[in-house]
Amino acid sequence: MAKILGGLTTSHIPAVGNAIHNGLFDDPYWKPFFDGYPPIRDWLDEHKPDLAINIYNDHGLGFFLDKMPTFAIGAAHEYRNEDEGWGIPQLPPFPGAPEVSWHIIESMVEQEFDITSCQELAVDHGFVVPMQLFWPGAPGNSDMPRSIPISANTVQHPIPTLKRALDFGKALRRAIESYPEDLKVVVLGTGGLSHQLDGERAGFINKEFDQYCMEKIVDDPEALTKISRMELVEKAGAQGTEFLMWMMMRGALGDKVVRRHSNYHIPISNTGAGTMLLECVE
Amino acid sequence: MDITEFDHHSPIPGTTVFDGRMAMKGYALNKMCYSFNGAEAREEYLADPEAYMEKFGLNDEQKQACRDKNVLALIAAGGNIYYLAKFAGIYRLDVQDIGAQQTGMTKEDFKEKLRKAGD
Repeated sequence: MAKILGGLTTSHIPAVGNAIHNGLFDDPYWKPFFDGYPPIRDWLDEHKPDLAINIYNDHGLGFFLDKMPTFAIGAAHEYRNEDEGWGIPQLPPFPGAPEVSWHIIESMVEQEFDITSCQELAVDHGFVVPMQLFWPGAPGNSDMPRSIPISANTVQHPIPTLKRALDFGKALRRAIESYPEDLKVVVLGTGGLSHQLDGERAGFINKEFDQYCMEKIVDDPEALTKISRMELVEKAGAQGTEFLMWMMMRGALGDKVVRRHSNYHIPISNTGAGTMLLECVE
Repeated sequence: MDITEFDHHSPIPGTTVFDGRMAMKGYALNKMCYSFNGAEAREEYLADPEAYMEKFGLNDEQKQACRDKNVLALIAAGGNIYYLAKFAGIYRLDVQDIGAQQTGMTKEDFKEKLRKAGD
């Protein structure tokens, strides 16, 4: 049977992709951020997962406002990062796991999560940057597992509630654990933490709220479901709503987890950057 | 029906909640910006911005905001920041450039404000 080993969280800021491309790992601005990753890579080296469920939010590459899915699940053989408007270097495709995707899609709809299935899905920095952070050289890293992208809408309100995001994760856990073949799975929750790019409040970062979220998500994620969506916009910033991805990830880890690693740094680009490794407890 | 009836949200200072109301208002502008994912579209826009804006049916407010590269005006005209980022990318403006512009700060001061959030 498939088994979830743990959850990884990270910010997925586009500037990180450029910093990786330019090898700025020891640059004084970037070092405190990149130093948050080697302990997680060591854990991945030890456990060698077969599959990464990559929960991210599309930023206007895979989806437009003509049709905006609240929850979309990739069901493709491979995923390509395409030009997002600034001509970033194109990478070879990331291999998918469509047979697992369809099992998850069947199970989620059975559990009354009416999702959008995607046999083609261009993936943006939200998907790619985390893969590169956890598996350096990705997609050229031979240890990089196959992946399934799951995107939740944070582009246009109404966005999902924090409770719905956590419940999605819980259903995702049942879906993965019912997959009949032996698979070691990690779940990535990417995005955030606090940031706001638009409006007179651009540049808003809320360290106290970020640290509250990083604390509560370990042992008491239910407490975070009390936060309303407008409260999330107010406290995390307009784009800090990406924290929903972390809630989806956390739901998939079961009741009890152990925090193996945590890092928080301000600022990376306009954002409070959070990194965590949460290991599932049998 | 008055379009403002769709605004369900209590105001957050300096923040536009991009909901159905804004999505309707900004559709043409955002659709144009979405097209900028493609390099050919970006070249076509730069070669003749007026013709390109006309092709997507932008209204006068949206056209003027594009001509001025004024991010607050683009947002007021219904622009969504995720798509506007692609418009900004055409002019090589990063998120600190547009943050500085929206807050009336120099880029250096804006970056210092971000850094201070970590203190």
